[in-house]
Amino acid sequence: MTTTTLAVLVPLLPFLGAAAGLLLGRAAPGFVRPLAVLPAVAALALAVVVAVRQGGGPSVDAATELTPTGSVPIELALHIDGFAALVAVVVGLVAACVQIYSTGYLREDPRYPSYAALVSLFTSAMFLVVYSGDLIVLLVGWEVMGICSYFLVGHYWETPEARAASIKAFLVTKLGDVPFLIGLFALAADAGSFEITKILGTVAHGGLDHPTLVALLLLAGVAGKSAQFPLHTWLPDAMAGPTPVSALIHAATMVAAGVYFIARLLPVFEASAAAMTVLAVMAAVTMVGSGLAALAQDDIKRVLAYSTMGQLGYMTGALAVGDRGAAVFHLLSHGAFKALLFLAAGVIIHAAGTNSLAAMSRMSNLRDRVPDAYWTMTVALLALAAIPPFSGFFSKESVLGAAERVTVGHTEHAPGAAGWTVLVAGVLTAFLTAAYAARLWLLAFRGRGEEAPDHGRQPLTMNVVLWILAVPSLAFGGFAYRTLPDWFDGNDLAPTLTTSVLGTGAALVGGLVTYAAWRRLTGVAARVPLGAVAAHPEGDAAQVEAEAIATHAPAYGDVASAPDPADPGRLLLGPLHRHAAAGFHLDAVYRELFVRPVLAAASLVRFLDREVVDTYVGGAGALPRWLGAAVRRAQTGNVQTYVSALLAGTVVLAVAALLVASGA
Amino acid sequence: MHLAYPAVLSALLFCTGLYGVLARRNAILILMSVELMLNAVNLNLVAFDVWLSKTAEETLHSGQALTLFTIAIAAAEIGIGLAIVLAVHRNRGTADIDRLRDTAEGHESQEGSAADGSDTDAPATGAAAEKAEATA
Amino acid sequence: MSLAEAPQGFLSPTGVEIAFLLVGLVTFGAALVTVTTRQLVHAALWLVVALGGLAVEYLLLTAEFIAWVQVLIYVGSVVVLLLFGLMLTKAPIGRSPDADSGNRWAALTVAVASAAALIWVVVDAFRATWIDLDGPAAGSTEVTGTSLFQNWVLPFEALSVLLLAALVGAIVLSRKAKTDSSSPPVNSRVATKSSPGITESHGNSLSSSSGRNGRTGRHEGNARNEQDGRGGRGGRDDRDGPAEQEGAR
Repeated sequence: MTTTTLAVLVPLLPFLGAAAGLLLGRAAPGFVRPLAVLPAVAALALAVVVAVRQGGGPSVDAATELTPTGSVPIELALHIDGFAALVAVVVGLVAACVQIYSTGYLREDPRYPSYAALVSLFTSAMFLVVYSGDLIVLLVGWEVMGICSYFLVGHYWETPEARAASIKAFLVTKLGDVPFLIGLFALAADAGSFEITKILGTVAHGGLDHPTLVALLLLAGVAGKSAQFPLHTWLPDAMAGPTPVSALIHAATMVAAGVYFIARLLPVFEASAAAMTVLAVMAAVTMVGSGLAALAQDDIKRVLAYSTMGQLGYMTGALAVGDRGAAVFHLLSHGAFKALLFLAAGVIIHAAGTNSLAAMSRMSNLRDRVPDAYWTMTVALLALAAIPPFSGFFSKESVLGAAERVTVGHTEHAPGAAGWTVLVAGVLTAFLTAAYAARLWLLAFRGRGEEAPDHGRQPLTMNVVLWILAVPSLAFGGFAYRTLPDWFDGNDLAPTLTTSVLGTGAALVGGLVTYAAWRRLTGVAARVPLGAVAAHPEGDAAQVEAEAIATHAPAYGDVASAPDPADPGRLLLGPLHRHAAAGFHLDAVYRELFVRPVLAAASLVRFLDREVVDTYVGGAGALPRWLGAAVRRAQTGNVQTYVSALLAGTVVLAVAALLVASGA
Repeated sequence: MHLAYPAVLSALLFCTGLYGVLARRNAILILMSVELMLNAVNLNLVAFDVWLSKTAEETLHSGQALTLFTIAIAAAEIGIGLAIVLAVHRNRGTADIDRLRDTAEGHESQEGSAADGSDTDAPATGAAAEKAEATA
Repeated sequence: MSLAEAPQGFLSPTGVEIAFLLVGLVTFGAALVTVTTRQLVHAALWLVVALGGLAVEYLLLTAEFIAWVQVLIYVGSVVVLLLFGLMLTKAPIGRSPDADSGNRWAALTVAVASAAALIWVVVDAFRATWIDLDGPAAGSTEVTGTSLFQNWVLPFEALSVLLLAALVGAIVLSRKAKTDSSSPPVNSRVATKSSPGITESHGNSLSSSSGRNGRTGRHEGNARNEQDGRGGRGGRDDRDGPAEQEGAR
């Protein structure tokens, strides 16, 4: 089979798996799990084959026009370059791991068939986005991904948090998707084609008329999808979904789609210095803000969610300095270790019976209960904190290195201010990342107090996956940074000395500071009892997690934070902690800015509808009713009246006829 | 003789009968008025028949034949009409046309009481109220 | 037309015309009284005058056979039937205040309007038309019989079928009334419900012995009513007599 055929099969297999899973879900429950896992694994294998065949060489392009659309043609186009091939491999890897993990995680969930089908569909859509060479086809995948994401976030729809999170994800990402769509049209109108290669060709010849407008419109959609400031607020709330979903969608793939999209169309963005600056500021704000917020979260998954936003900020930062190789490099390594972090967090939540770090910090021996999760999570956290030689170190250093190259003026596209912004924010975020990673590790695994509840061994499927993902988290960066430039643009991805020292130093300082704070507060933790543990420890992990999410707000007063004085994050952040826990009150700002005006407008419309429009409608009904009542009065039942009227009418008609006949 | 005389008399009688049909309350009086109207028509038929038989040498005498038919039909009509009036009177206790308002708007709501009235041969309304007293 | 050969005016009436006019006035007056009197029985009697007047008008128009049929059937049987009907429906003797319905003014308007329209049309059309009443009578028995049995046999026979149908219909309608008083049949809902009602009211008024003459009189009227139901049917049989006579002719 040709590479093109294989590449077509990659998105097609999970799609067929989803269709078959939905159709057979009720009729043949035994087929659901194979139908979920096998297509994902097959797609991974095919993606690897495609990547090997592509091998970083010239991009594979294939296009077929299904039907003429009149003006700008829309084609089913493949465009596989090094980026697409490698991202597809990561997507396939994470999707396969998540599908395997889910068979254990949602072992007893009655809605597992629809869940698995949606995950398959999501995987298919993500492959479509990755391989697509046509922007409209990419948009189709983009939106299908979004739909699956909303459904999957709302998987525990019995809990109000999940319902609210699902709707919020929908609204916030749509807020970005509408400008995105307009931007796509504007881009196609300028370039005369939706095909990426042609668009890039147009850009290379300077044929773009409104680069800033197009870039900013596209940026809105990217910010919504990739959870960048200011459209990031849906991501922490989306943690109300099942953990595997968080790992797949909200860590490794969908949120990375925005970054991947910019990476594909980077020349379009580079055509506008304003857009690059906006991108840099956006990345910097997201990085630092999410780092601070992550330090204040109590829910382990929300910590990871904010961490994801920060790492995506690194990627957009790399794009802002015009180095998409670094961005996609970080995307790849981040996809692996963040998926691992989420999946391990799922195991921990199951084992501890709670998603609250404060409650975990009051359990001893949690790490002995889940040794696989303990070790793999340690690896992933070290990768996250960018400690050498874990893969996160190399990818993050490539980002910082790219920024540093811009600050000294080695590139022509990105403005120097963007480089400085990204570099400073990146180093600061390295510090914060290490701090919250250390905090998470210490609180989760170094707790003191009662014994952690024993729920027996975690399912094998869940643990195996952790180790599979631990390998790239550990080693991918170190092995890949030399070969990846061949796949990408050729920019050097090797860590430079300055940034390595800066970044690693900041990370070490962050970790040590957190450790010191934690040491100071260990005494406090014993004095303040805290904790809420799930009511059904024997249930499967999904049930435990759903209960943990549902009980967090009643138990601690807030879905994001807990009033735990022994939290090192509280000591480190000081007065900032309150604001950081609430995500710097962006939700409240949005409520004031958008929700309240919309509600007021809705009530105005309601008033207009009820009082003004309904008056006409009611009048239209009332007039015939009155006429009917009047006519009804004539229905007396008295035959004589009827005959009188009849004869009177006859006389009138006869006289009229006579007058007409006689010509009067 | 001027044809206008019988024709005008016929018209006047017809309209008198018309007035009776429309204004009288008792059904039998209405039947009488109908008879008046039929006779007005008969007069017309006879007058025109006489005129035509003399003027146009018309020998069919259709006017007189039709008059005879009308008389016979009127006799049949009065028999059937009286039978109907009697049946109505038996069932409703009245022969007053303006009390027979079953087709009136909103009649269904009063159906219950009216049915009771007819059951005991005492209608619910008007002059029959004294009859209802008597049965009590 | 006779306009040219007989230029008679309205201001110089012939004797027949004067007689026609006078009888016509009487007829019209009787008809008016018939539809306006408050005494129901008087109305029937004034109807006799009106119908009789019409018979005279037929005679004046030389339609003698029609005139006698008019007397026989209308005056002789129809009015008698109507009087029976008045009695059977317990029409009040004497002046009844509510002989006219509330529809009177509408009826008057319609009647006057149609009268005006009809007279206008008739006078407009026939003011110069003249009937020549001299010569052989246009409606003698011989002439009428000849035309009836030469030209009108088929409608005549059809009419006899109609009369038969009317006869059967009258009997059917009366039979319901008859079963009403004799036995409690199952086929008539009204009868089963009303028959105990009548007897019950009878007994009640006797036992309560309120002693008011009007009430007891009314109940006797009720009882008489049932008898008259049969009597009325007899009257109807009588009515069929002349019709058959007529058919025999």
